Amino acid sequence: MTQSVMPLSFYNKPGLVVYVTCGDPDLATTREIVLAAIEAGADVIELGVPFSDPVADGPVIQRASERALKRGTTLAQVLALAAEVREQAQSTGLIVFSYLNPILRMGMEKFCIVARHAGVDGALVIDLPVEESAGYVQAMRAHDLAPVFLAAPTSPDERLKRIAQASRGFVYALSRTGVTGARQQLAQDAKKLVRRLRRVTRLPIAVGFGISTPKQFAEVGEFADAVVVGSAIVETIEHNQGREAAAVTEFVRNLSAFGC
Amino acid sequence: MAMFPRTTVKVKIPTLREERARVGHPRSNSSPRSKIPAGEPGRFGVYGGRYVPETLMAALEELEREYEKAKRDRKFQKRLEELLRTYAGRPTPLFFARRLTQKLGGARIYLKREDLLHTGAHKINNCLGQGLLVERMGKRRVIAETGAGQHGVATATVCALLGFECVVYMGTEDMRRQELNVFRMRLLGAEVRGVESGSRTLKDAINEAMRDWVTNVRTTHYLLGSVLGAHPYPTMVRDFHRVIGHEARAQILKAENKLPAAVIACVGGGSNSIGIFYEFIKDKKVRLVGVEAGGRGEALGDHAARFRGGLPGVLQGTFSYVLQDAAGQIANTHSVSAGLDYPSIGPEHAALRDAGRAEYVPASDAEALEATTFLARTEGIIPALESAHAVAEMLKRAPTMKKSDVVIANISGRGDKDIGILRENLKLDRNIERLSH
Repeated sequence: MTQSVMPLSFYNKPGLVVYVTCGDPDLATTREIVLAAIEAGADVIELGVPFSDPVADGPVIQRASERALKRGTTLAQVLALAAEVREQAQSTGLIVFSYLNPILRMGMEKFCIVARHAGVDGALVIDLPVEESAGYVQAMRAHDLAPVFLAAPTSPDERLKRIAQASRGFVYALSRTGVTGARQQLAQDAKKLVRRLRRVTRLPIAVGFGISTPKQFAEVGEFADAVVVGSAIVETIEHNQGREAAAVTEFVRNLSAFGC
Repeated sequence: MAMFPRTTVKVKIPTLREERARVGHPRSNSSPRSKIPAGEPGRFGVYGGRYVPETLMAALEELEREYEKAKRDRKFQKRLEELLRTYAGRPTPLFFARRLTQKLGGARIYLKREDLLHTGAHKINNCLGQGLLVERMGKRRVIAETGAGQHGVATATVCALLGFECVVYMGTEDMRRQELNVFRMRLLGAEVRGVESGSRTLKDAINEAMRDWVTNVRTTHYLLGSVLGAHPYPTMVRDFHRVIGHEARAQILKAENKLPAAVIACVGGGSNSIGIFYEFIKDKKVRLVGVEAGGRGEALGDHAARFRGGLPGVLQGTFSYVLQDAAGQIANTHSVSAGLDYPSIGPEHAALRDAGRAEYVPASDAEALEATTFLARTEGIIPALESAHAVAEMLKRAPTMKKSDVVIANISGRGDKDIGILRENLKLDRNIERLSH
């Protein structure tokens, strides 16, 4: 059993994790959006690093990544953004959400040093499963960073155990198979997966992928410690050009108002 | 020979140690626990591995188990051999190119005729193998990516043969330039889904296939067409293509009573090349030459020569050389040949190259087009534009070799699918000129 040793905590029940693709529409706006989301009640922010080949993402985040990359957004810039956010928000969890290659290119050790220095709490590397993560986990822990791993409905119990053991901070449970993106209905997969995870870890469990409405938020919040909202936020940003931060504030307030 | 001047490449290629220090490969850590034991499944030296979202891990594990079982299953092997023989048309001939040999005035040139296989390329070897595995796993839906369309056609063919539902992802740029193959796939009952993202080529088709797989993994098999992707694909796909080199080695020994001085093959992902190389790896004196797409220039984005400007990185499940920018974003590539137009290379090639066992050279678009015409008019064989890259290198290399030497070039596919591109580029409709005498 692993205990959270990191300053990642969910003050709300359920906690809210907000994902944004950094650099969409530009980094200055991302900073405003993130601060607005925190103000509106987000417990943890996932700072998405845009990648040219986002195989785990649906069309909404693909489009956001393309826009961010057109502006030349890099991992180094995302980490600099994290430092700025950290100055403004001391108690919010900051997680870097990235594909592996930008991190490899920067260098694992350098990534950890810069991330720690920026006040980042942890990272989730979407295409790095536990099997390949020995060096990463070691470097992350050496720098007091929480490696967060994904658990999928298709993961057998054996794998869930390893995922829980390698994770710090929280475990990110995927609500269903598939790529990121909003869904009308949530599968029963999520509840079952959370139940299976509870048997192997005491870490908080955040459920993500496909959650976009206050109703879904409340539903998932009944069995998960936290709920991740990604594509719905990114879509809100996409549809509210010029008033992105205000729109995200409304969206987040609306989301959690339902459950209370 | 003046007609095919050897291009000299001046880019300094960093050593692996330098590169690993730079990219901070997760396994380059000094802790003894993270040291890679030799021969770890799915690893070729430091390359390979399994870098995919967690959702796919169970399916990859299942595939690996099934493949290991099938390898030892005599009935499976027998059925595959029979299909390769009676359906695909194996063994393929090893043809002595007499006129080409005379013209180039150097080594004796042999062509391995994978272009004569059913569906027109080597790809059918792997599709039959994986198709039989799908049957074993009890899945009914197959997805695939395709660049030139050859793998898509081979997949659609095997799905028709075995009665599977088939969806092929193809970049819209490739659909445009390989129109004929799009129609063939549809004729065979496959659904072709155009991919609009990125450069709309092979890489983007793989992204979309992976998204489909991650969504439908419980019912669907991803029939990956090259020695790319997460373990077990690079090993399994290689094994299904080993038959090429196995035949070629026996055939050349029979014909010449000696081993070739060099074996030449084009390398996109690297399936036909690893297929013909593999049996010769132990024959240390046989030079193994992979030919990458040199495209239209040396700048990033103008070619697909991963060993000329690529750096170790992770793309689409595997750790290998990748064309990328300073921030780790994957670069766009260019090649006249859709099948070579890909920013990464099979991990086993990366290991062979680092070990010095195989060498990799580029051939440009122009050289490949010229080689196509040259081979067509000298031997009456129209190679696929992919294979024409291997021919281009052979045209440069054979004249420099001894007359007693033997060289084999792998004609991995036939050029029928490229007629549109050849027409656009060669302008033969109006002006029929003779390149050869």
